[in-house]
Amino acid sequence: MNAKLDFLDGRNGLVSLLVLAALILIVFPLAMGVDQLNLTGRFLSFSFVAVGLVLCWGYGGILSLGQGIFFGIGGYCMAMFLKLEASTPEATAIQTTPGIPDFMDWNRLTELPWFWVPFHSLTFTLLAILVLPAAFAYLMGIAMFKRRVSGVYFAIITQALVVILTILLVAQQGFTGGANGITDLRTLKGWSINTDEALVTLYFITAVLLLAVIVLGKWLLHTKFGRILIAMRDREDRVRFSGYDVANFKAFAFCIAATFSAIGGAMFTLQEGFMSPSLIGIIPSIEFVIFAAVGGRLSLIGAVYGALAIGFLRIAFAEAYPQLWLFLMGTVFIVVVLFLPMAWPGSTRNMRLGRAAC
Amino acid sequence: MSDFTTQELMAIFAMQGFAGLSFFSVLLLMALGLAIIYGQMRVINMAHGEFMVIGAYATYLFSTFVSAQMPWMMDYYLILAIPFAFLVAFIVGWVVEFVLIRHLYHRPLDTLLATWGLALIMQQAFRSGFGAREVSVRLPDWLQGSYRPTMMIDIPINGLAIMGLTLVVTLGIAWLLFRSRWGLRVRCATANREMAGAVGINTRGVDRLTFALGCGIAGIAGAAFTTISSTGPTSGSLYIVDTFLVVVFGGAGSLLGTVASAFTIAQGQSVLDFFIGGSMGKVITLLIVVAILMIRPQGLFASKVRR
Repeated sequence: MNAKLDFLDGRNGLVSLLVLAALILIVFPLAMGVDQLNLTGRFLSFSFVAVGLVLCWGYGGILSLGQGIFFGIGGYCMAMFLKLEASTPEATAIQTTPGIPDFMDWNRLTELPWFWVPFHSLTFTLLAILVLPAAFAYLMGIAMFKRRVSGVYFAIITQALVVILTILLVAQQGFTGGANGITDLRTLKGWSINTDEALVTLYFITAVLLLAVIVLGKWLLHTKFGRILIAMRDREDRVRFSGYDVANFKAFAFCIAATFSAIGGAMFTLQEGFMSPSLIGIIPSIEFVIFAAVGGRLSLIGAVYGALAIGFLRIAFAEAYPQLWLFLMGTVFIVVVLFLPMAWPGSTRNMRLGRAAC
Repeated sequence: MSDFTTQELMAIFAMQGFAGLSFFSVLLLMALGLAIIYGQMRVINMAHGEFMVIGAYATYLFSTFVSAQMPWMMDYYLILAIPFAFLVAFIVGWVVEFVLIRHLYHRPLDTLLATWGLALIMQQAFRSGFGAREVSVRLPDWLQGSYRPTMMIDIPINGLAIMGLTLVVTLGIAWLLFRSRWGLRVRCATANREMAGAVGINTRGVDRLTFALGCGIAGIAGAAFTTISSTGPTSGSLYIVDTFLVVVFGGAGSLLGTVASAFTIAQGQSVLDFFIGGSMGKVITLLIVVAILMIRPQGLFASKVRR
């Protein structure tokens, strides 16, 4: 094995990565029609969040019930750009104020709000998708980790922040599109995002980005940072006594998870064609966690399977037996927690559990 | 605010204050149960809101039964419905502890996920059992109407009644915790679980009783809830985040802190509701609470328990 690729966890790690790549890059596109592929692409967007959670929760022990915030930031940034492109003065000529998004006009805004203006630029939007969530996560993380807020308190506060964000998005409909969200997105730099061809292309972009994110995650875990992350999860005080600034490392892990989530959110918006508060509230945020848990919370690749499995199950059940779906989902939560505390049996060898214990 | 005269402002504050009191009462009853469960065994019960809904549906069933079988009782049914709601939620809580929670001690983050799953199952069970539509009980005549101390102030009677109930329950819990045998054991187990076990306290038994009692109190909150609002399968989930914030903001393990923070959060939302609308009032209140928690994570009244 090439030493440079050592971070992929030896041969087994490489094989499981290749299996995943083959599945999402070859098998799915061959086996599925465009609609199904688009659906799968949306599940893959969710798995960005789950991969981030594996890093910060599985390895770092930081449970965030607020990943919807970052998924939402990514999704809304992308949606704002697409909405502005769709709201040219010609296309919105019938409005009282042409050139602003339709929902603003309905809410009697006569001018584009200042924080919307930079989203005319694609470069700014892409930068915002990467930087905004990280900055926000850093502020949240540093504020709490410096004061040694962790575990349950951190989870509850992040959940409260999700609630605040969703209420805010719904209440400020003039600025955010309210409960409907930002809808009717059509083109990206003149390229229509609704055609079959575009949906397939977007699917492949999502899949490749996801694989890149997983490789990046694996590499991070292989560095010293990864070791410290695990050490912090298991014996935080010892790491602190060894002279490491625990708060900064935790905040960094949280930022990484946030950025991953935001990339997922942006890809979701592109494939779904809209973004709304219902996609980022308490319930989706906690479902992201269960995706990571179902995949075995120490497996970056497992997180993708977790998201796909729950996604397909939901489609299968919600159509045939809508009443049964919540029962099933609830049972999944309980069973995963009771019987699958860390990872799928047999898969732990690759996850450096042993080294963490030393 | 400048559009109002001082007198009007006083009346608004008084009325919104009293409107907030009903919310405060339900919030406090919920938070009390959650706080003693968390304080005692570090279990985060995400299904606590659903236990409230159990109490609410129990009250609803009881009132339907009474109005069908014993109409002469209608005026007083609520007095019996409250213990009934408590009992139903208590029993369900007992079973849940036995089946699920006891396997998850020492894994607080996992209790959070498992009880969320439980909450989903319970919500769907309510929907299958009682339908998706909200149900409401018929209030006895003496609970309707309002009390008007001055021309401008209007205080609903049911709010006052819930207030009274909350006061009784809170005092009861304080008495149980600080004067009863069970309370002594709970405080022992909270302070030092191993040592409590070593001196012969059945800490597992105490846990189960505590969990069931916490759920029972949520059941009482449900009974109180029926007098101010109608009940649907997801009514409980509307309260759960506020309740958690109450517990954390008050300082887990502190009874006084829980009361004070429930009061602050409920009144903050209620008064702001009048001036800037319900959602923004809620946003601002929660933001302030979160900001204070970031500066002072131990909450308003930190308990002096060694962790």
